[in-house]
Amino acid sequence: MVQDKEITRVQELTYELKVKDLMTTDVATVSPKDTMNELRKILRIRRISGTPVVEGNQLVGIVSIEDLIKCLADGAMDASIEEKMCKEVETLYADESLVHAVSKFNRYGFGRLPVIERDQGKLVGILTKGDIIRGLLKKLEIEYHEEEIHRYRASHIFEDIVADKTSLHFQYNIVGQDFNRAGESASGLRKTLSRLGFPPQMVRRVAIAAYEAEMNIVIFTNGGQISARVQPELIKIEASDTGPGIPDIERAMQPGFSTAPEWVQELGFGAGMGLSNIKKCADKMILTSQVGKGTELKATIYIKERGN
Amino acid sequence: MKLQEIVKELGLAVRCAAHNLDKQVSGGYASDLLSDVMANSKKDNIWITLQIHQNIVAVASLKDLAGIIIVNGREPEEEALKKAEEENIPIMLTKLPTFEVAGRLYKLGIPGKV
Repeated sequence: MVQDKEITRVQELTYELKVKDLMTTDVATVSPKDTMNELRKILRIRRISGTPVVEGNQLVGIVSIEDLIKCLADGAMDASIEEKMCKEVETLYADESLVHAVSKFNRYGFGRLPVIERDQGKLVGILTKGDIIRGLLKKLEIEYHEEEIHRYRASHIFEDIVADKTSLHFQYNIVGQDFNRAGESASGLRKTLSRLGFPPQMVRRVAIAAYEAEMNIVIFTNGGQISARVQPELIKIEASDTGPGIPDIERAMQPGFSTAPEWVQELGFGAGMGLSNIKKCADKMILTSQVGKGTELKATIYIKERGN
Repeated sequence: MKLQEIVKELGLAVRCAAHNLDKQVSGGYASDLLSDVMANSKKDNIWITLQIHQNIVAVASLKDLAGIIIVNGREPEEEALKKAEEENIPIMLTKLPTFEVAGRLYKLGIPGKV
């Protein structure tokens, strides 16, 4: 039995996806003056079971393998397509939601529906039931990926833990001056949080803050640590190093102020936006530093979506 | 518009994650400063840059960008390509400069903000 949840997601997708996302744009067409014999060749070569009939840019009919079989039986293969095609064509608009297409398929029982542009009525594609199934499966596959398995298991973690206070603690060691590995900790943290099932918007905020903190450690120090403390309602990021320290924090916080060496800036780092980026992403940020001793940064991000 | 169509329209050379071109692009962002991209790019944006080292992949991955276009005929570092393949981020190359690429994308209907 299919679970309710999955049905809901597929139904959701039929609203999200547009006809143009799934349709085939490389459409084989025939002209009304072509013969049924020519249609036979096209259907055979393209391995399709029907095609729109187009005159100029305009859709004038649709002809299918059933029409062809009738002609075969009647020995009328030299008849023009115009005589045998269906002239009252049901169509879809390219910008329509998939849900309309699905209901049209159900209502009429057709195997394919031509897709036209809303303004000009120009034929832009064709949609078959197969396209819909393939498109939905592909979309589901992309969304659910293998990550989903991890996420499903991990997202229950807080519910499963019985304690008065719970927190998960992840720690990452940052190697200073190593631009090749720079960003790995933030990436690791991001993956971990996604798997734990946190909202993507929030994961992105944490990842940006962690990335910028990591880059600061890489650019300016000989190394340090980043840790993330994850509680059911918030995530705290702490970055600490024993580097040179920041003499003027207020100035360092100003967007665009950078003390990064030129070669680092040429790599695209050290734009002087790191700290202000962190501040933007965090609900709370505390930066303390002592020249010659090191710097400590604490950023808190609440798990509820911002703005709520 | 999908990445696939952009690749076709601009004649880009896809260097990795070629199987992941079915993504719908939400808009574009052009910058060579990684922090700027971190701050201002949006999910599923296509990113135009001349940076070629592997950290562009980290940025694209952290921000869920749709793909990276590297301009001016620059070749990405091998490590960058390897990482991008792992992270499933398409890297596409062009000889065109940033301004031209952005202009053409805009003409194709890719917006600069969301």
